[in-house]
Amino acid sequence: MEDEDIDLSTLSDQELVEQMHDDLYDGLADEIIEGTQILLDRGWEPYKVLTEALVEGMRIVGVDFRDGILFVPEVLLSAGSMKAGMKILKPLLAATGAPKAGKMVIGTVKGDIHDIGKNLVVMMMEGAGFEVIDIGINNPVENYLEALEEHKPDIIGMSALLTTTMPYMKVVVDAMVEKGIRNDYIVMVGGAPLNEEFADSVGADAYGRDAAMTVELAKQKIAERAAA
Amino acid sequence: MSKVPSTLLIACGALANEATAILKQEGLAHVELTCLPAKLHNTPALIPDLLRAKIRENKDAFSEILVLYGDCGTAGGIDHVLEEEGARRIDGAHCYEFYSGARQFAEMFDEHPGTFYLTDFLVRHFDRLVWQGLGLDRHPELLPMYFGNYTRVIYLAQLPTPELISQAKDAAVRLGLNYEILDTGLNRLEEFISSART
Repeated sequence: MEDEDIDLSTLSDQELVEQMHDDLYDGLADEIIEGTQILLDRGWEPYKVLTEALVEGMRIVGVDFRDGILFVPEVLLSAGSMKAGMKILKPLLAATGAPKAGKMVIGTVKGDIHDIGKNLVVMMMEGAGFEVIDIGINNPVENYLEALEEHKPDIIGMSALLTTTMPYMKVVVDAMVEKGIRNDYIVMVGGAPLNEEFADSVGADAYGRDAAMTVELAKQKIAERAAA
Repeated sequence: MSKVPSTLLIACGALANEATAILKQEGLAHVELTCLPAKLHNTPALIPDLLRAKIRENKDAFSEILVLYGDCGTAGGIDHVLEEEGARRIDGAHCYEFYSGARQFAEMFDEHPGTFYLTDFLVRHFDRLVWQGLGLDRHPELLPMYFGNYTRVIYLAQLPTPELISQAKDAAVRLGLNYEILDTGLNRLEEFISSART
């Protein structure tokens, strides 16, 4: 196969980045690790590697997932590859002071143990420069409230895969209203069975249809708050 | 001349065997069965529109349309279609619930949210729908991502055979989960189908 013969180190920066997009698409973690290291060795800032090679590659994956061209297994392999690249970049990003886009607390709601979508959102949000506090799965309202109190994020994100657990998002929003803190935070919700209408009905500020869109909406909502 | 069916039962293909078994019973000759593909289980967003099309295609030919679907991850999408088209469905969020009964399912769920449910259909088609459907045949390394938070398999058995039980146990082993079985029978399905107007 021709692809197997590509020596990444011989490619120009532009060609290498494009090749990394292809490798992310194909879920080739070893190639992503190698490409990430090559770009760093060429003097690229870690943040530039992250955004131009990894995040942009995952954005393309996200678009094709949304359009029904890619399916969950392929997206998971792509995500695993991005994670492998981010593992190299994370300590460097911390050391070089990448721009901070905002802070988010995120978790799957009570009764729900599904976290594939949430984990993708965490990864893409981190890739976009957000600090993300992931409180995991099966979270009762108390966990969200404690995390808000402790971390003072800009955004609270709630995820659910089951139609039987997604109504719990309203329990959390109602508790925030009761405590008088609802408007201190941007409330974002997501998960396969959700839609805009449901997000409105639970009193959320935004519905993240997928990980890439969640990032865009998060940026937009933060900008709107800053301008208000 | 055989009696013309006056009730159409639209079922998920995953319930076709069970529905067929029930319709063989006396007094249900007026009910005709049609199914939507079982593989829609993995893409629930597609179900409401296909269901609507199936209802519209048939509503003039039948006096009543019954639907053997739960909410099935459509977040009210199926109920919306049924309300608009004038059909009714069996109670429950999904087949796991209407097989085991709402109360028992709620208890099982509260006890262990990380439970993966199998039915006779899912046991029979575990390889195609679960293992291959999730890409685990090609990428077994994805198993912890899918099932890392699960703790057990419960086989909700409708018409269990030694072979099905053995296959269900094998599925649990492959998923790395504990195995339990609950014999649900077909009572709730029978009750619903028998509610068809004569």
